[in-house]
Amino acid sequence: MRVMVESRMRELRYREALREAMAEEMERDERVFIMGEEVGHYQGAYKVTEGLLARFGAKRVIDTPIAEEGFAGIAIGAAMVGLRPIVEFMTWNFSAVAFDQILSNAAKLRQMSGGQFTVPIVFRGPNGAAKQTAAQHSHAMETFYAQIPGIKVVVPATVADAKAFMKAAIRDDNPVLVLEDERLYGTKGEVPDGDHVEPFGVAAVRRAGEDVTLATWGKMLLPCLEAAEQLAKSGGPSCEIVDLRTLRPLDHHTVVESVRKTGRLVVVHEAWPYGGPGAELVDRVQREAFDALDAPVLRCTGRDAAMPYNKKLEDMTIPDAKTVLAAVRAVMAY
Amino acid sequence: MQDERDVLLGLYRQMVLIRRFEEAAAKAYSQGKIGGFLHLYIGQEGCAVGALAALEKRDYVVTTYRDHAQALIRGTSARACMAELFGKVTGCSKGLGGSMHFFDADNHMLGGYGIVGGHVPIAAGAAFASKYRGDGAVAVCFFGEGSATIGAFSEALGLAALWKLPIVFICENNEYSMGTPLERSLAVADVSQKAVSVGMERDRFRCTDVLEVRDRVAVAVKRAREKNEPTLIEALTYRYRGHSMSDPGKYRTQDEIDERKKLDPILHAEGALRAKGVSDDELAKVNASVEAEVEDCVKFADESAEPDESLIEAFNYA
Repeated sequence: MRVMVESRMRELRYREALREAMAEEMERDERVFIMGEEVGHYQGAYKVTEGLLARFGAKRVIDTPIAEEGFAGIAIGAAMVGLRPIVEFMTWNFSAVAFDQILSNAAKLRQMSGGQFTVPIVFRGPNGAAKQTAAQHSHAMETFYAQIPGIKVVVPATVADAKAFMKAAIRDDNPVLVLEDERLYGTKGEVPDGDHVEPFGVAAVRRAGEDVTLATWGKMLLPCLEAAEQLAKSGGPSCEIVDLRTLRPLDHHTVVESVRKTGRLVVVHEAWPYGGPGAELVDRVQREAFDALDAPVLRCTGRDAAMPYNKKLEDMTIPDAKTVLAAVRAVMAY
Repeated sequence: MQDERDVLLGLYRQMVLIRRFEEAAAKAYSQGKIGGFLHLYIGQEGCAVGALAALEKRDYVVTTYRDHAQALIRGTSARACMAELFGKVTGCSKGLGGSMHFFDADNHMLGGYGIVGGHVPIAAGAAFASKYRGDGAVAVCFFGEGSATIGAFSEALGLAALWKLPIVFICENNEYSMGTPLERSLAVADVSQKAVSVGMERDRFRCTDVLEVRDRVAVAVKRAREKNEPTLIEALTYRYRGHSMSDPGKYRTQDEIDERKKLDPILHAEGALRAKGVSDDELAKVNASVEAEVEDCVKFADESAEPDESLIEAFNYA
């Protein structure tokens, strides 16, 4: 007999889920602290850390000056000797000036010390295009970070995942990058009560379908769901949607399994088309499911250009339901 | 309480060990037993030996890719150090780090780092953790004057001053960042002035007298430990060899090198020891024991096993 334990669900916003996860982990572990620009007195540039300064005090919610390389490195050094920092980048765009700390120190220290030092640290913040923030503030940075061995990369698309993966990231003994999204911060979703933690490297099938697989991550889940609904309503092909959830480790097995059923794959992501985790997924799928493919794999990506400010042009640069539909039609017509 | 004569004799032995160890490393490098980059500390021994003599075991040390001295002083065995240079699994980083990445967690040697200035925030982070926990440990960070021009250094310096971290920044000014003399790197000749802009205490001295180095650094360590106040020290020194083994050092004259060698910390210590009544015999004994230790570590490194292929991935993730 299977006993079902019903877990109570609550509706939260994405930013609240992140905040709850951090607060719960700070309650259970004195070594966890938050550091970043405007995380304390200002209550967070995007209000993710709202209220945490009052609750945990200035020792553990630390406002930094504008010095990403400096405070990222300080947090890495603190992690090496036993603390468990959470570093907020106001946006992931600004992580570029701390890139050396992540690439050369956080990701390398365990290996180049022969396993003597671990770096249990979380880097987090909003990633990708917000709304009309133009060329320098719209990078989908996961495309760079997913390549680096020694770190883990998480891209939660749902509110429940935002909480569960943030908790998992804080408890992990490796550097974990959590790439959130400003456009998701206000979204609402059900979150299970209690201490729910998700394992890295397990994709989620968000929608079952028969004819084509859409593999995606982060906020691009939304246009995929929208396109699938439109197709379902109009009697078009049935889409199965796989949300990868973590890009390193990357669960291509769930995608391969889905492709074995549908025979067709479209990879949808916001980042530029040149390389990146989407191309990596395509490479793995063609090797493991070559015989199952009825059409070439297509990618529906951000355009190969710097992000324009103009709203119309910005919308045309990022994938939406319309471009996803076009890609689905193309693989179906092959 | 050890008397000053014995203390100096101990520091002298450390300096001689570093020099003989690195001479043996240079020889092994020319024999093809050591690969990659090899940056020698020869000439600068007074700096690390004096500075680390002011520390306690609980304190943290972070340094650059010119890191052999700091590991040897902190207590990493000459065997583990030489084996690391030879890329052997018995090395202090299991042969995965090499010359530039000596680590020794037990001795709080937080490593040698290969990106100029990139390690300075790491050291401030160890100091941050110490203050967070209130455990009284001090972090000491070594870096060359070439680091004084990069952002990571300035940011770490500023944050350490702002947050009052228990750290001592030691700029090993050996006059050249690779082949570029200080006057072509900085508009000022005094690197310690960097402290002024962030409101930090500073000191500046030459590393000829290892006891003076110890005492001057001890003042900064005390300030860090007791008042959580950081210090920037500019330690004036000189490397006799090139930047690395591939550098013949043609950007400076033999006269300059000969002049600087008159300020040699080992020579100075020998003079001071003789003045304290140490006999030639006693000095010869120290040198003989160092030579035996170095000979033994080379043999050990030579005979040690290579790391297994499984180590390529083994330590990338915890």
